[in-house]
Amino acid sequence: MTPAEIHQHLIARFGDRITGVKLDVLDPWVEVAPVALLEVAGHLRHDPALAFDLLTNLTGVDYCEPDPKKAAKFGHEPHLEVVYHLFSFPHRHHVVLKVKLPRWHDDQPGQLPRLDSVSGIWAIADWHEREAYDLLGIDFTGHPNLRRILCAEDWVGHPLRKDYEFPLEYHGIRGR
Amino acid sequence: MSMQLEDPRVVEFDVRTDEMLVNMGPQHPSTHGVLRLLLRTDGEIVHEVTPHIGYLHRCAEKIGENLSPPQWIPYTDRMDYLAGMNMNLGFSLAVEKLIGMEVPEKAQVLRVMIAELNRIASHLVGMGAYGLDLGSFSPFLYAFREREIILDLFEEVCGARLTYSYITIGGATHDLPTQIPIPPGLAALTGRPMDQKLSWIDACRVFLDWLEMRIPEYHTLLTTNQIFIKRTSRLGVLSREMAIDHGCSGPVLRGSGVDYDLRRDGEPIYTRMYEGYKYNIPVAPFAVAPPEVVVGDNWCRFFVRMREVSESIGLVRQAMDRYPKAEGTYRVPYKHATKLPRGEAYLETECPKGQMGFYIVGNETNAPLRARAKSSSFCNLSVTAKLCEGCLIGDIPAIVGSLDIVMGEIDR
Repeated sequence: MTPAEIHQHLIARFGDRITGVKLDVLDPWVEVAPVALLEVAGHLRHDPALAFDLLTNLTGVDYCEPDPKKAAKFGHEPHLEVVYHLFSFPHRHHVVLKVKLPRWHDDQPGQLPRLDSVSGIWAIADWHEREAYDLLGIDFTGHPNLRRILCAEDWVGHPLRKDYEFPLEYHGIRGR
Repeated sequence: MSMQLEDPRVVEFDVRTDEMLVNMGPQHPSTHGVLRLLLRTDGEIVHEVTPHIGYLHRCAEKIGENLSPPQWIPYTDRMDYLAGMNMNLGFSLAVEKLIGMEVPEKAQVLRVMIAELNRIASHLVGMGAYGLDLGSFSPFLYAFREREIILDLFEEVCGARLTYSYITIGGATHDLPTQIPIPPGLAALTGRPMDQKLSWIDACRVFLDWLEMRIPEYHTLLTTNQIFIKRTSRLGVLSREMAIDHGCSGPVLRGSGVDYDLRRDGEPIYTRMYEGYKYNIPVAPFAVAPPEVVVGDNWCRFFVRMREVSESIGLVRQAMDRYPKAEGTYRVPYKHATKLPRGEAYLETECPKGQMGFYIVGNETNAPLRARAKSSSFCNLSVTAKLCEGCLIGDIPAIVGSLDIVMGEIDR
């Protein structure tokens, strides 16, 4: 199916929980409401007409410009995006799924935004979500083992956040 | 009388005497770098394997957000440091996809030649190190002897032996040299005079002719060796479904019987480089496999790599034939100050270890808003826990080695 057909298929089934789409870009994407992610992902994986059995990439992007001088030209509202690149072996088609999240849960800095884990749908999401949690600070609810994967277990903060500040010292090692 | 101990692991030692926690790595020679596996063992049987990674984490993605794409290329070298050229190529193509850049034919032929030569080098290390994991030392020496000549050829091309930064956005940094001294290893092996000078392409041709004759030798040493077959067949069997579920790619996926190679099935910007080339994509099951072998076991993964070496030799030869007639230049200039358009591009390429993906988000500045490297070894490693369940401790190097991982790429 083409991305437009996939979008139509999803709209027919999930209605307004499919919150956005962009088809005239390099990798066409469909935006899903965070509450519907688990259902949409399960449908994409198991529906025989779609059969997206491979999660090629799962990552997040922090849209934020901490420097107030550059904020005017930044062009995006501050938010987090979780991006899922999907591929189907039976049908050989691609789609990109996006979920927009607030940078902090309830706008309380330090409270990680929450999103349902898709590790029950694609096994590789387990490690990718651990990485996204580690580096971007997204709390994947329902994840079997949400621990840091690349940084040390006692590391503070989430380094790929744009407003992350490198620690002054770590176990006696000078940082900045 | 029971003792109160704070560390629960001590209780395991104390009460359940039959189970033991064993740390394998991060400095264990057969874990291929700084991989740490925590094993819960019952005698020789492994009940549970927990991989711990991150010992080589160098914040490459964070650094990438502060550098222009050509400046980040040296960091991609250090991901899969056994196949730096393929990493450079994957990232360059992702940026070219984002900015809509067309690369001339000559640069494309050059890229195919260099990338396939690096695939040979990477698979040679994979083969040699795998033999070493299983206790056979000589294939390692042969593999490194051959790889040495490829490194010499790369050194003539770009000055570096491991971290090349040669393929760059718009093509490659230099054209192929017209005259080079013959690599000393090649001169010694082929009986040519040490002071011979020849063009890079001729030197490469001499090397490939010599390498092709050696391949049956490796098959005798490993592939058809009874000890090797006993150590690899029916071990670490990865089913097709599990491979896809865990996002495995490259030789690991093809060893499980999935016919998928991005050089043929990828996106047009990548596949058009390989248009018109004749090559086969080795996929399990193999007609020549010994009867003990089943699809998706260690042997199949190893054999896919071995066959890919032969296919890559053919690809490099075809590219060398095309090169003198190819039109255009080896490079389209790219300025550091070029602003990346607002938008994003994700591109996967077929690297020796699997499908390496780069995801670039541009935002009207010269540095990307997000530079993400999706590692193939990262996904391939994630199946270890399942593959090693219930095997013997001695088989763990055989299983992990067959996945051919590189920690630099996993930890980035």
